[in-house]
Amino acid sequence: MTLLHEWLIGPFADFGFMRRALVACLSLALGSGAIGVFLVLRRMSLIGDTMAHSVLPGAAVGFMVAGLSLPAMSLGGFVAGLLVALASGLVTRFTPLKEDASFASFFMISLAIGVLLVSTHGSSVDLMHVLFGSILAVDDVSLMLMASVATVTLLLFAVIFRGLVAECFDPSFLRALKDHGGLYHTTFLVLVVLNMVSGFQALGTLMAVGLMMLPATAARFWVRQVWSLICLSTTLAFASGYVGLVISYQFNLPSGPAIVLVAGVVYLFSVAVGPRDGIVLGLLRGRHLRS
Amino acid sequence: MTVAPPLVVLRDVTVAYDRHPALHHLTGEFATGSLTAVIGPNGAGKTTLIKAIAGLVRPVEGRIALNGMAPRDVAYMPQLAAIDDSFPISVFDVVLLGHWRRIGAFRAVTPAMRDDAERALSTVGLDGFEGRTFGSLSAGQRQRALFARVLVADSALILLDEPFSAVDARTTTDLIRLIGTWHQEGRTVVSVLHDFEQVRRHFPQALLLAREMVAWGETPDVLTAENLLKARAMSEAWDADALVCRGAA
Repeated sequence: MTLLHEWLIGPFADFGFMRRALVACLSLALGSGAIGVFLVLRRMSLIGDTMAHSVLPGAAVGFMVAGLSLPAMSLGGFVAGLLVALASGLVTRFTPLKEDASFASFFMISLAIGVLLVSTHGSSVDLMHVLFGSILAVDDVSLMLMASVATVTLLLFAVIFRGLVAECFDPSFLRALKDHGGLYHTTFLVLVVLNMVSGFQALGTLMAVGLMMLPATAARFWVRQVWSLICLSTTLAFASGYVGLVISYQFNLPSGPAIVLVAGVVYLFSVAVGPRDGIVLGLLRGRHLRS
Repeated sequence: MTVAPPLVVLRDVTVAYDRHPALHHLTGEFATGSLTAVIGPNGAGKTTLIKAIAGLVRPVEGRIALNGMAPRDVAYMPQLAAIDDSFPISVFDVVLLGHWRRIGAFRAVTPAMRDDAERALSTVGLDGFEGRTFGSLSAGQRQRALFARVLVADSALILLDEPFSAVDARTTTDLIRLIGTWHQEGRTVVSVLHDFEQVRRHFPQALLLAREMVAWGETPDVLTAENLLKARAMSEAWDADALVCRGAA
């Protein structure tokens, strides 16, 4: 019993940075649970990925101007992410290029600028910091930022929820009603960027999307309604954060990849045995039909 | 009977995609309370016409006027293929979407609106399907759900794009009966269709398209062997033309 306590609760009772990291995970989970589910439903999983990487040059500019200051880097990242989303949106709208292709193009440009800036103006340690994050170094300011992002995300999501669902399900229906489906989509993209920025401090721009996508894709194998997908995805994200932190503490592993890997294990497990279209169940059903 | 002014007036309407006209110089009107079938070969501009009236595509030339109604009061039913059927939305929520012009994205759904939706589901024969996801329904049941959404919208102008493709005979019969009710209630209905027999039997008015208007009027006058032959010849001729156009552009 004491052993269990020492393993599962001890690190958080003993160390402030572990507690802060746990709260950071909770904030990230609350914000990105809903975002991830809608990224999957809108078939924008990879677009989420590209958005995360496109945050880099903005963060780098923030770093050059103000040093290792999270507000400056976050603001820069937010602006860069928005610019990429805006430019991609314009190209998608006015040329025959599809959304995924235009996002991929702009994110490559953005990423290259980012790497260029970081490698000429900072040390490689800083580059590693931005690319991989450091959830154990989260301070109060970053924590406030993450919590604010989660709050804004949940509130705004409640406001645009109906419009977003209608626009996903049947876009032409909304357009025929002269309702501005684009507004919901744009608000959604802004929220995606906000959550990326919130996530990069903890998990880095490379993996910020991990805690967003993996729980969402895993949840799909268990439940089938938008609200239940969001609840489960948020829960899985937070659970992955907690388990990942414990593992990283006990085995002295880097925390970001540990958290994302736990989420990955949850995903693989769901693919295998999830009651909705899971592989194992599918095989059993197949055999049942054959006999 | 007094003659009401036409509900939809088309004046020299041309719609083009990538500079290729899909609908060419169409002039005419849908009378208030009329029930019209839009027919013609593939690529004749039928869907384009419906979309243009719904305001989804903008004519490059000409004008479409709706008399006495706002564009958002039009009930438009897209082809099933245009809908993301993997999206986890319940049948009841789909039907409730019909209230959109009254509730928009932010206003509350009243109990009366819920009752409306319940009644509509029962009218289309989907009692007890409220909680099912749209994607789990058969093609026929999905079409019934979309009809229920149109019922709930309670619009004076109803635009249907191929409502009976991939639907079995029994569903088609039920839904045609529903369209007949709309007609009796004085609503104006325009529907894209393929089955000439259906059109002859249930639709008083017809519009035969082959990118241009071939014929428009009483169904027996429109659906003549001569007109159908002409429509086919025109759509083939247009293909050849389109190539020349591209060369010149």
